[in-house]
Amino acid sequence: MEISSAQLIAIFIVSGIAGMGSVLDELQTHRPLIACTLTGAILGDMTTGIIIGGTLEMIALGWMNIGAAMAPDAALASTISTILVIAGHQSIGAGIAIAMPLAAAGQVLTILCRTITVFFQHRADGFAKDGNLRGIDICHLGALVLQGLRVAIPTILVAMYIGTGAVQSMLDAIPPVVTGGLQVAGGFIVVVGYAMVINMMQANYLMPFFFLGFVIAAFTNFNLVAFGVIGLVLAIVYIQLNPKYSKPAVASAPSGNANNGNDDDLDDDLDD
Amino acid sequence: MKKLTKSDFFWTFIRSNFLQGSWNMERMQALGFCFGMIPIIKKLYTGDERKEALKRHLEFYNTHPFVTAPIIGVVAALEEQKANGKDISDGVINGIKVGMMGPLAGVGDPIFWGTLRPITASLGASFALGGSLFGPILFFVLFNLVRLLVRWYGIKYGYTKGTDIVSDVAGNALQKITEGASILGLFVMGALVNKWTTVNIPVVISTIHKQDGTTVVTTVQTILNQLMPGLIPLLLTFLCIKLMKKKVNPIWIIFGLFAVGILGYWTGILGK
Repeated sequence: MEISSAQLIAIFIVSGIAGMGSVLDELQTHRPLIACTLTGAILGDMTTGIIIGGTLEMIALGWMNIGAAMAPDAALASTISTILVIAGHQSIGAGIAIAMPLAAAGQVLTILCRTITVFFQHRADGFAKDGNLRGIDICHLGALVLQGLRVAIPTILVAMYIGTGAVQSMLDAIPPVVTGGLQVAGGFIVVVGYAMVINMMQANYLMPFFFLGFVIAAFTNFNLVAFGVIGLVLAIVYIQLNPKYSKPAVASAPSGNANNGNDDDLDDDLDD
Repeated sequence: MKKLTKSDFFWTFIRSNFLQGSWNMERMQALGFCFGMIPIIKKLYTGDERKEALKRHLEFYNTHPFVTAPIIGVVAALEEQKANGKDISDGVINGIKVGMMGPLAGVGDPIFWGTLRPITASLGASFALGGSLFGPILFFVLFNLVRLLVRWYGIKYGYTKGTDIVSDVAGNALQKITEGASILGLFVMGALVNKWTTVNIPVVISTIHKQDGTTVVTTVQTILNQLMPGLIPLLLTFLCIKLMKKKVNPIWIIFGLFAVGILGYWTGILGK
């Protein structure tokens, strides 16, 4: 599929926003659900974009930046794999498979950019010495633009050459056993994301709740909203019953009517 | 008497959405924090005092991006008092900043990255897998609504609480919220491990031809499903957790699982 120049400009902007999103981690424009949907919309097939986004989102569920540890880059993976599927006529399974090395490459590029921005930080020190507020603004936003270009440039290159034979024949050369196998792996690759989330919680003593969720899901057809409500109820009940939280409250309760004191504790817990 | 106004806080709120724009390997979110503080610094200080304030907020800083809001609020309260002649040293302001960023990151990571995003994203993805635009929109709106409320009221809360917030962090209100969020997150994660993974082992164990002409094929997967649906994904999740505890990069685990998928598909042990 030939991509028009208007589409190229739109892709450049959207992938730039996704790139900025991946460092800001605020609006979530770098998440597959958003980035794939927007890229798909530009290419004239939003539905496919949404499906790729949903599939990729499941894989990326646990990808997060914590402290100085950087997640695989969802932005680059989302934009390029959507282009490959829609404009490059690949299957969604193949698109997801290609997204993984792209996420790894994006991670490396992010680290590179975050090293380069040390320079912006030092430049800002200089502006602070002069009391130059505008200079500090420019340093900060300049670094942000750099992160946007980090995704926008590779994406636009793929978009420009997708119509030519080179990219196409490269993609066609992938044997079916690989694409089929990748599709199989796509069914359970999400466990990596779950593992990341569980690891981050670092609360082994709360693991019974994980198993409870697992077993209920195994033998019922509840949807996610139901699980959310049950989980919330469990959390509230646990906090209310936990002696860890009621002891200090009892100790600090005013010496007076004992019954009133108890009521207040319960009320406090409910308020929390 | 210098007094911060609603418009100062509004612009700080807007700017704080760009906290991580210049995230760098040396001082992480330092420049971003200073960028957010600029409306306040501009209002309170001129000349050399302004230069000092800029320098003060270019020191090392890193926390979960959303919980920066209450920290900004507290710091704003301190800066306001300092600008009005109260004897507050640079060390006190930076000490409170650094003292809050650690514990609050510990609260923000499980709540936002561990609970809010996986749950809203998987809810959105469940609709997106069917090609519905409702999925991405649901995720975007839900997540950002919570995020913006946390940011806006966080700054206000921090400002009114001033330095008191430091003792609140030590109290058990935040601990309750964190623990509750962990329970909810783990519970839903358990359900997801079961519901949203597909492993199929189509290896045939027995084929029985019944008298009425039908055949009953028993595969490894049928037996596993009778035992407990989702058992293999559960074991895989724990394998991933184990590997991550040994500091294996998640992207390598992803590649490893892709290799397992291709190998399994090729040998016929794993099916689509």
